[in-house]
Parts: sequence; structure tokens; C-alpha cells
Amino acid sequence: MGRYALRRLLQAIPVFIGTTFLIWFLVWGLPGDPFAGRCGEKACPPAYVNYMTEKFGLNDPLPLQYLNYLKNLATGNFGQTFNGLEIGDLLAQAFPISMKLAVVAVLAEALIGITAGVLTGLRRGSFLDNLVLVSTLVLIAVPIFVIGIVARYAFGLASVSPEAPWTELIIPGLILGSGSLAYITRLTRVNIVENRRADYVRTAVAKGLAPGRVTGVHLLRNSMIPVVTWLGLDLGALMGGAIVTEGIFNIRGIGGLLFGAIARRESGIVVSIVAILVLVYLIVNLLVDLLYGVLDPRIRYE
Amino acid sequence: MSDIKVKTAPVLGVDGRSAGHLLEVDNLHVEFRTRDGIAKVINGVSYHVDAGETLAVLGESGSGKSVTAQTIMGILDTPPGFVTDGAIRFRGKDLLTMGKDERRLVRGEGIAMVFQDALSALNPVFTVGFQIAELFRKRRGMSRADGYKRAAELLDLVKIPAASARLRDYPHQFSGGMRQRVMIAMALALDPEVLIADEPTTALDVTVQAQIMDLLAEIRRDRNMGMILITHDLGVVADVADRIAVMYAGRIVEQADVHALYGKPCHPYTLALLDSLPRLDLKGQELNTIKGLPPNLLRIPSGCAFHPRCTMARDICLTQRPALVELGGVRSSACHFAEELYGRE
Repeated sequence: MGRYALRRLLQAIPVFIGTTFLIWFLVWGLPGDPFAGRCGEKACPPAYVNYMTEKFGLNDPLPLQYLNYLKNLATGNFGQTFNGLEIGDLLAQAFPISMKLAVVAVLAEALIGITAGVLTGLRRGSFLDNLVLVSTLVLIAVPIFVIGIVARYAFGLASVSPEAPWTELIIPGLILGSGSLAYITRLTRVNIVENRRADYVRTAVAKGLAPGRVTGVHLLRNSMIPVVTWLGLDLGALMGGAIVTEGIFNIRGIGGLLFGAIARRESGIVVSIVAILVLVYLIVNLLVDLLYGVLDPRIRYE
Repeated sequence: MSDIKVKTAPVLGVDGRSAGHLLEVDNLHVEFRTRDGIAKVINGVSYHVDAGETLAVLGESGSGKSVTAQTIMGILDTPPGFVTDGAIRFRGKDLLTMGKDERRLVRGEGIAMVFQDALSALNPVFTVGFQIAELFRKRRGMSRADGYKRAAELLDLVKIPAASARLRDYPHQFSGGMRQRVMIAMALALDPEVLIADEPTTALDVTVQAQIMDLLAEIRRDRNMGMILITHDLGVVADVADRIAVMYAGRIVEQADVHALYGKPCHPYTLALLDSLPRLDLKGQELNTIKGLPPNLLRIPSGCAFHPRCTMARDICLTQRPALVELGGVRSSACHFAEELYGRE
């Protein structure tokens, strides 16, 4: 398993370089004047343009610019915004908030989704099953901004305070996780239905184990393999921030930062966020692949 | 046939009187309610087993032998399976009417089961040590360490080499024969009085089959257990069983002591089964088979269910179902011509 992890980490290097180059090139390398419209109604004075061009090294050949960027990134220097703010500071403020939101969302998905999935899987065709089925359909079908705005009025929650304490993130987290929650419910249910007639469940019953143990240990453990994997990937995806949810509740996370940066053409922020997201996703993917082997001992890494 | 021992170990009831057999299936009826209709899977099966005795239940797939066992264990899938009549008495108490918790405690401790395919019957994501120790921890309240210690002893008992080292292995890391030994160890954990082995060797190759059967027979002898051996393999039965019950279409068609049954089968179906065994002296010739297919349980033939495939069938077989009649005390057969078959030389 150690060799497998090492190989995957080595594979991640070209992936990281490739994706960051693509996004860097799309943001910096394409034709267009990065300083157009930065000085209000008038064109920017040549002195300003010259100063900025020099500061950001925009006269260097493209490959050199990219290598310089990578070099700075490797030392933890994300560079500055056009108006001189340290991008690293902005990220350090926004990332913990998005991470908290993602954790709340994934916890809600896991707790509610798995519980609902197990209950409906054990009582297939019951009233509860049908109720949950319809609810999950609604959650999957209705766009998140509709659910979010309705919830905002329903709970009278206009905006989350800048420090984003956990308690204030519960409702936004639930909204953010609602689509995945519905999916987790269905996934759990399907697996429970499929496994509850499995031979090893029958064996567990024949051993005279209590019904709670048969379901809670023997049935659940096998049914959780795809669910846990999905939760892991979802956590990775949600760490990238949630533009819509963060927007609705005024949460100052990565999603909002990225959205604002795109609108203001703050190329440095956009590239840095994407670079970090690529990294997060690569790591989460690797962890999920390794988790597979822990959950299902039949899987061999080679 | 005077050398045949009929083993009976009467079980004493609370009042000191004989309460009958250790395990007794009495006139059991089970049906499967399916989309296509009601399949009558078990139609009045009665058999019993006593301590130290092996009863072999023989029959083709679909004859109801496994469903009977599942009903005894209480692991019948409901729906579609429903018990419609009958009783299953263990030490004189009816399992079908007792409370859920009381019945649960009979499983594993009173009656345990070895399943056919150990690979699917063992949980793939837990180590075998965990799965065996679980019984001691949850049913005997032992600590984890003690449970694992007992599990190692059991693996040793079923002759798995390096037993304590293998506790940490998962079922897929064992060979087929070793896996079946694990299954047997697990069934023996709580020292059951009756062991049901449902085709324990079907998934194994021939040399391993013999080892597993020997192991089962040895353990049965050492622990004086009652054993119900479910199989479709006549070869397996001969060495191990004391009595044989032959099932067809959810009924017992013949029940006899093993020597008597092999020596002089008194039902045309048993006769045909024995006839279809490969024999060395008939090498090179085509194997005898029973013509036709096992009956569709949604539409069991009228009269004797075996009549469409029977070489002896007459008019009466189409209309009247033969009752299971006793022949010479220790054996019985459900055929209109049972006396005739019994009386032949």
C-alpha cells in the first residue's frame, strides 16, 4: 500500500503542473489588456501601466512567467492582487470558512442520509420509504438557489457573521449538502436492499446475534463501502467553496472570493485558488482510493 | 438386518417423562408466495434427529431440503416464504410459536448451521477471528481477548494450520476447504446440540470433500451432536449417515436406515437415484438418468408427484397421492407399490 501511495503521489506531480499551466495560461496568457478599465472612465496613465507591467513581469516570455509563478508558489508566495493585497492572506481568511461549511455539509449528508437510507432500505415499500423517495426527488430536482433563498426567509437568516461560527453554518451547510444528502440516501438504501438478503447476513442471523448487531455491523459495514467513498469525494468537491450558498448567506469563503476575483479580473487570485483546489482534489482522491482498501479488504493495490 | 442399531436417546421433559426427540419436524408446510402464484415448497415434512445421530436429507434441487433447514433455523426469507402449518420441536418446545428472543438464543447454541458456500456465507469485510470471536463476545459476554483465544482453539480443532496466526486473515485469503473449516468452527463455537450441514461439500473439490465429511463425522462423534446432513450426493451420504430421508417435491418419499435404503430401496425415486450413480463395472456405458425434470412447484403433478417420471406409474398414481406407510417398523415409503418393492428379493 505504501508503494502504491508513493506512485500515486508521483503521478500527481505532472497532473498538478498540467492543470495549473492550463488555468494559468487561460488567465494570463490570452490576449487582452489586464489593466483596461482599472482607472475609472479614463484610460490608465502610461506610467501606471508600465509600473504594473514591470511588477507582474508581463513583458517576459510566457514560459518564463509561468516558471516564475511556480517558483513563487513553491515557496508559499502567492503574489499580490493588482491593488497590492497579499493573496496568501486572502486565502488564509477564506479557506477555513469554506472548510467548516464543507464539514457541516458532509456531516449532515452522512448522519441524515445514511440513517434515512438504512431505515428505508429495511422497510422497502413502506410509507416512510415512499415519503423519503419523494423528498429526495424534490431535493435533487429543485436548484440549490431556490432551496437556499426559501430557507433564508424561512429561518430569518440573512447573513452569517464574518467569523462564521459553527452554529451559524448549520443551516447553510444543510442547504449546501441537500443534493448530495438525497443522493447518499438513495445510495445507502440501494445497498441495504441489495445486501440484506446476502448469505453473510443470513449467517449472522443464524449465529443468534441480536437484530441490531446484524444490521448495524454485518449489513451496514458492507453497504457503506460506496457511500463512504462518495462522501470523501464530496468533501473534496465542497472544499472548493460553494459560490451559490456562500452568496445567499454572505459567507466569506473561497466561493465568494473566486467569484469576486473573476468579476474583477484578479487573475492572481483565480490562478491561486484553482491551484490549491487541484491539490486538494488530488489528495482527497488518493485518500479515498486508499480508504477503499481499508473498507474492503478484498481490494489489492498493485 | 439385525446388525442395524437404531439409536434413540430420549430427551426428558420437565416432568421427567420422555418428551420425544431432540429435534422434531412435524408435518411442516411452507409455501412461497410469488408473483406467479403460490409455490408449495414443503408439503407435510416430518423427521427427527437425536443426539449422536446423523440424518441425511437427500433430494434434487427444489425438493425442499434446504428450505426445511432454513425454517428450522428461522432464516427463511419472509416474504416470499411462509410457514402455513406444522411444528418444529426442539427439546419438546415448538420453535415456531416461541418468542423472538427465545428463538434467537436457540440459534447457534441449540441448533447451528454450516452453509454450502463458505465464501459468500462468511462476511467478506471482517477477519475470521472477528467473526468467530463475535459469538463468544456477544453470546457469552467474553472479553475481546478471551473471544479471540477461544476462536484460535476452534480453528485448531477443525485442523487449520497455524490457527492463531490465521485469525487476522479475511475469508478470501483461505482456500475453499479451509474456508469451510472456518464455517464449521463458527458453527461449533457455542457447542450446539444439533448441527445442520446444508450441502457442506458441494462447493469443494472431491479430495477436500472427503476431508470435510470426515471432520464433520469426527466432531459429531466426539460431541455426541445430532446432525442433519443435507445433500444431493449419494456417495457422501453412505459413509456418514445413520438414517436417510429422501425428499421429492416438498415431501419425504422414503425414510430408512442407511443400509436398508442402499440395500433395498422401496421407492421408485430412490431406486432411480441409486441407478443413476456412476459404477465401475458399467464403465464406458451411458449413465442412467431419471427422465424428465423435477416438478414445477407452482403446478405439482396430481396424485403422486413423481408419476410423470416414474417407470412404475399406473393409473392410480395419477389420481391418488400415496401416504407414507411404514414398512417393517423402521422404514417408510410413500408409494402405491411400496409393499411390493419391500417384499421383493
